[in-house]
Amino acid sequence: MKRGLLPRPLLSATVLLLWLVISSPVSAGLLVLGSLLAVAVPLLTQAFWPDPPRLVRPARALHFVGVVAADIFTANWRVARQVIGPLCRLSPALVEVPLDLRDPFVVTLLASVVSLTPGTVAIDVDRRRWILLVHALDAPDPQVLARAIKQRYELPLREIFAC
Amino acid sequence: MSTATESAVAVLIVLGALVVLLGSIGLARLPNFLDRLHGPTKATTLGVGALLLASAIFFSNRDGGVSLHELAILLFLFLSAPVSAHLLAKAALHRQHAVNRRDHEALTASDSSLPGDIDEAS
Amino acid sequence: MLNAAIEIAFVLIGAAQALNLYRLVRGPDTVDRVLALDTMGINTIALIILFAIRAATTTYFETALLLALLGFVATAAFCKFLLRGDLIE
Repeated sequence: MKRGLLPRPLLSATVLLLWLVISSPVSAGLLVLGSLLAVAVPLLTQAFWPDPPRLVRPARALHFVGVVAADIFTANWRVARQVIGPLCRLSPALVEVPLDLRDPFVVTLLASVVSLTPGTVAIDVDRRRWILLVHALDAPDPQVLARAIKQRYELPLREIFAC
Repeated sequence: MSTATESAVAVLIVLGALVVLLGSIGLARLPNFLDRLHGPTKATTLGVGALLLASAIFFSNRDGGVSLHELAILLFLFLSAPVSAHLLAKAALHRQHAVNRRDHEALTASDSSLPGDIDEAS
Repeated sequence: MLNAAIEIAFVLIGAAQALNLYRLVRGPDTVDRVLALDTMGINTIALIILFAIRAATTTYFETALLLALLGFVATAAFCKFLLRGDLIE
């Protein structure tokens, strides 16, 4: 674990940026206060942070964010139609997605992405068998959904964090 | 404010409100809990997202700068929505499980016709 | 045009709140009620943002942010209670 005044530069940058966003308009005094917080918060909370894996491919990460944002829109549109339409045509299912990921932080990221895209909610992670339990609003074929999640979200995440 | 930005803000506002309403329709209409979870947790995030975008455009345009307050709210909503969905789903499954076990215990207790109350340890 | 849009949005979100209230009263399980409350919180944030645009002041953003924080903490605490039957372990 790295020591020094800025053990987590990314966290410090996030704290400073959020501080400036919330307390805008920016003035010199607020900038100083924000910088102090950006140094103090990571130092004080260091004991609570798990060691996150390194982000090795930032460009791929940006592309992934774009894919997820697009999926949120299209899937929202689909769920909206399902909610208004006849309910008997829906086939909700609990799907077990076997994971190749082993890093807790990246699994959390994957579960959050699955939950944010409408139509699927990540319910639990079995850490003994490494299975992600997903509930889908409309999944006539659970195997297809499991493969889609692995292909569309898990593979890019593994490439981005190299794990 | 120019007509173009005003109409963009107006469209975003109505769209956002419509998505919020759809989420609540899902909450009221769908037959069981895990289905209902799909409606509001995400539809509202996108709906409130559209409203926040409208508000960011509106205030940036009015004050002549970039209004970023909305970004903080949006970020927090997108971080917290999956976590609360996960917690709710977990709580629902846990309760369903507890009810099943209690029914099972009640059944076996009446079968063996043991007197006394059933222990509700969970 | 903007004012008309805001009025329409108020009506739509008001209807959404009525549906949430229906689910809150109807239940049938406690988890449904917690979900309904969570949704009502988020929809209230939407109402506050609409109000801020209509009143053309940025003062209400702090309220919206606080409501987002409190709503999440409340939902997490409710779920923890349902899972463990206890808040402080």
